[in-house]
Amino acid sequence: MHIEPHLVAVLGPPLRTEGLTVAYQGRPALWNATLSLPRSGLTAVVGPNGAGKSTLLKAAVGLVPAVSGTAHVLGRDVGEARRDVAYMPQRNSVDWDFPATALDVAAMGLYGRIGWFGRIRRHHREAARDALARVGMADLAERQIGQLSGGQRQRVFLARALAQEPRLFLLDEPFAGIDTISEEAILDVLAELERSGRHVVCVHHDLRTVANYFDHVVLLNTTVLASGTPAEVLRDNTIRRAYDTGGFASRTAAAE
Amino acid sequence: MNADLLAVLTFTAGYNTAVAMAGCAALGAAGGGVGVFLLLRARAMAADAAGHATLPGIVLAFLLASWVGAEARSLPVLLAGAAVTGALGMALIVAAGRTTRLGADAAIAITLSVSYALGIVLLSYVQTRPDTAQGGLHTFILGQAAALSAWEAIAVGMLAAVAVLVLSLLFRPLTLLCFDADQARSEGWPVAMLDMLLVGLGLAVVLFGLQAVGLVLVVSLLILPAASARFWSGRLVVVFRLAVAFGAGGAWLGAGASALWPRLPTGPSIVLALGGLFIGSLLLAPHRGALAECLRRGGYAWRLRALRAMGQGRRFPGTELFGWTRNGSPTERGRAALARLELWDRCLAEMPEAVPERAAWGIAPVPADAVRMLERFGP
Repeated sequence: MHIEPHLVAVLGPPLRTEGLTVAYQGRPALWNATLSLPRSGLTAVVGPNGAGKSTLLKAAVGLVPAVSGTAHVLGRDVGEARRDVAYMPQRNSVDWDFPATALDVAAMGLYGRIGWFGRIRRHHREAARDALARVGMADLAERQIGQLSGGQRQRVFLARALAQEPRLFLLDEPFAGIDTISEEAILDVLAELERSGRHVVCVHHDLRTVANYFDHVVLLNTTVLASGTPAEVLRDNTIRRAYDTGGFASRTAAAE
Repeated sequence: MNADLLAVLTFTAGYNTAVAMAGCAALGAAGGGVGVFLLLRARAMAADAAGHATLPGIVLAFLLASWVGAEARSLPVLLAGAAVTGALGMALIVAAGRTTRLGADAAIAITLSVSYALGIVLLSYVQTRPDTAQGGLHTFILGQAAALSAWEAIAVGMLAAVAVLVLSLLFRPLTLLCFDADQARSEGWPVAMLDMLLVGLGLAVVLFGLQAVGLVLVVSLLILPAASARFWSGRLVVVFRLAVAFGAGGAWLGAGASALWPRLPTGPSIVLALGGLFIGSLLLAPHRGALAECLRRGGYAWRLRALRAMGQGRRFPGTELFGWTRNGSPTERGRAALARLELWDRCLAEMPEAVPERAAWGIAPVPADAVRMLERFGP
């Protein structure tokens, strides 16, 4: 689908935060984070464990309240942009023994549009099948989700997000612990989304692949340490600032 | 005896028996339907705690009513008291989960035991009072379906109808809530409200079940039919319908048994009937049942061993049976099975992450993804 250029201008950056601070039980998970993501290209959010990567996505869809600061999605308040955003949590955050097939889960992405009491019509079922086909899972539509491999589950999750037909995709670790076929299938889908003017933000854990997969990188360690092209962000000393937990020796070494 | 049995089960054994059985069946249906979602949302044990927390409410309502001089034994009054403390118990559990570091199971166990202890203490205090007709209060602990009046049975029937209707109407939102609450919330679904609705329905089943089944066992109405139904299907819609049917059927059978043998208490006999359904499902269900699982595992191990032996040119019992050898030499099917095993070996050595967790490795067809990967990246 093509989005009119003037519309893009009105919508503003896919994700913009100013001084965003989020705390869980008094402990800050995200501290004074300010960033504005570009309108084109795939964005990765990287950083060590506990750096607030997932929290950033959650704050962008209003799952966790901001202690201070603001977050805007597509130029609007988080609550107003909901229908235009698909949020995909980490794969292991749900119970995969849930009684559902791959098609059932993909169809869940349509529930928002069908509404409380609407009927599931044939075009809905086709849309769900289409979403599964886009991630290469058409053959396994009727399979129990519990019987899928990790990568297949991840693709079913992505199919659900595709079925939502959002403008912005917020994907938490879509590449974690999956096989090469699934990885390629997901990459293909992301590239296609990017071409059709959708925005994609992924939490990503593998620094080796960041430069190959993404056009823009946000380096996070509780606060935003860097934001830019992979070449700009992935410089040795920037990365060390994020990943070194410190210690006197490394800090003095950096100072020298 | 057989004539009695037939009469009881076909609602012709007298008005009171028919009323009690119909009421119990309706209660079972409601419990089964609500229980499916409560179980998936991991709230079933919280409903148990809420059930136990109704006891202090029942006794306090009784005391309050007799203090103001009202009819203290009136069921609506007692159930109102039960509802207040039951809801309070549920709210405490939810609040403890949100605001403290107390684990859910600890919060549930503490609420359950402390409120039940409080109820028992209050009950024993009431029983020391000479004046009042408190005799009936303890029946709420183990239930007494025979005491179900016609209008009470109708009320339970209405609860069942409302519960099943509400769950059917809100089937999709509730599915989202139970599968992935975060995603549902991100889409703007009122997750907290849906949660409250679900817990409220669970509490309603507990309250309406107090009289028939009693507060100690009432949680089984929510858990047993749902857990039984899960064995038979992998689709939520089917699980839901089965749970409603199992709940109604089991409760009806149990109530019938207790009508047939007057000294058999209703609550326990309903629970035993539901328990029988559960054990039957656990053992006999075709795919997830224990028997099917055992056969599958045993058969799988046997096939794998036989195939390995065949690959090494050894004889092994069963290869003829599986159609892999004839007169000691491999058949077409045998060679295909060996080739498949070899493919599995390569696939598991080189790309284990492409392999589903629950598949008969070595025996089932190799996943298409893994084959594609072997073709492209394999040596």
